[in-house]
Amino acid sequence: MKRKLTTLSRVFLSGTNNFVRNAWLSAAAMAVMIITLTIVLFSVIANATFSYTVQQIRDKIDISVYLKDDVTVTQRDDLSKDLKQIKNVKSVTFISKDQALNNYIEQNKDNIDLQLAINETDNPLPASLDVKVFNPDEIAPIKAYLEKPSVQKLQSDQTSYSGDRKEAIDNIARATTFIRRAGVVGVIVFALISVLIIFNTIQMAIFNRRDELSIMRLLGASKWYIRGPFLVESLLIGVSSAVVSIVFCNAFFSIKPSSLGITSYLIDLNYASAYFGKHFWTIVGTQLLLGLIIGVGSSFVATQRYLRVKHGK
Amino acid sequence: MIIVGPSGAGKSTLLKLLTREEKPTSGKIIVGGIDYEQLKDKDVPRLRRRIGVVFQDFKLLPNKNVFENVAFALEIIGISTKEIRHTVPRVLEIVGLKGKEKSMPLELSGGERQRVAIARAIVRQPKILIADEPTGNLDPKHAWDVIRVLEKINRYGTTVLLTTHNQDIVNKLKRRVITIEGGQVVSDHSSGSYKS
Repeated sequence: MKRKLTTLSRVFLSGTNNFVRNAWLSAAAMAVMIITLTIVLFSVIANATFSYTVQQIRDKIDISVYLKDDVTVTQRDDLSKDLKQIKNVKSVTFISKDQALNNYIEQNKDNIDLQLAINETDNPLPASLDVKVFNPDEIAPIKAYLEKPSVQKLQSDQTSYSGDRKEAIDNIARATTFIRRAGVVGVIVFALISVLIIFNTIQMAIFNRRDELSIMRLLGASKWYIRGPFLVESLLIGVSSAVVSIVFCNAFFSIKPSSLGITSYLIDLNYASAYFGKHFWTIVGTQLLLGLIIGVGSSFVATQRYLRVKHGK
Repeated sequence: MIIVGPSGAGKSTLLKLLTREEKPTSGKIIVGGIDYEQLKDKDVPRLRRRIGVVFQDFKLLPNKNVFENVAFALEIIGISTKEIRHTVPRVLEIVGLKGKEKSMPLELSGGERQRVAIARAIVRQPKILIADEPTGNLDPKHAWDVIRVLEKINRYGTTVLLTTHNQDIVNKLKRRVITIEGGQVVSDHSSGSYKS
């Protein structure tokens, strides 16, 4: 037991020594690893932020059911209740004629002519039910219900999803699904490319030292005694790269986007910063684990190649 | 014991067979009671730990200093740090490298490097020390330094198996000389000489 501990501490010490003595090689491997981890982290955050932006857009998608002026409160409530029973319906809000007018005035407060025109006449706007849905892709059951003749006769106008608006909803739904998927694929592709680069770097570092491996073998060192220090060295590279990457990202997300004068409509930088802050420890854990797995995994595979040959140089 | 022969005679192959760097296509190898035919791959490290080897190109670990290079041979067999601190300086003294403990291999001369390699080979007190052309890369003065260290080790009771091209060394040592040519033993004299 004591001997095993001695061996383990020697492996660790030797790995740490190699890390320090091969400072340039460690620095090169670390540089690639830091870039890798930072890219992966940024891709994940960008994807999360984009999903959030998309969600915001999707939440704004609603269906307006315009009601005739003579629809009674009971009829209205029944309609609302029936709509709520449809699976995809998130909420149904009633907007009265007055509310509709106020909203309209609010939306066009800069247009004085229009305001004057409205004051001249009675309120021309119908009351409506504002229907929010969970999934804009699946509004067919709602449409089917609203097209029933008994329901149709309560409505003053065509429901607002039809025509251009329906198409816009469909387009947004399709685009957001696509963009989300593309984001996930992008993160995976980035991660894979980065893993290949870092793997190559570590393999080259070990290739440079293949003589050392063969000398150790000739002296009768066991496989694990030879491999151990290399694994420790890559572990140190992985962990310190993760730390540097996190420090860098932390600094980046601490800067208030407004102070840089950056405004982006596609990516909400405030949300990205908030996301980073909220998931900070998960990110730290994942980065460390990723650095560790990539580093140790690469050097494990790379040393395997030079340890496999048991005879000959 | 000195093994001589022209280039390509099989001297290095013979030594590689002994350290199990190569496997024989036919025949039997028994060293210190171990039959190599029975030896499994996983036992190879243990076998190599029992035989000291010195190479023509030293094969020192470039990232370790003199002390660490010699200590490495003991570390891999699990010797305690205390014992290593005690043993390594003594062995370095035998090979005449006292005071060079902290030097890195690149800072040493060829002769000094070879003596580090010898120190590393003998620190485990092997019964057999194999020296494959240990003077091949050295000038005559340094070559003789190395040979004298080997003689000293031999006097302490270790069998030294030396291959060399150096006629002068063979003739002055007056030890058993085995000549091989084309993979065959052509002569074996107890106090032989060698004409290249």
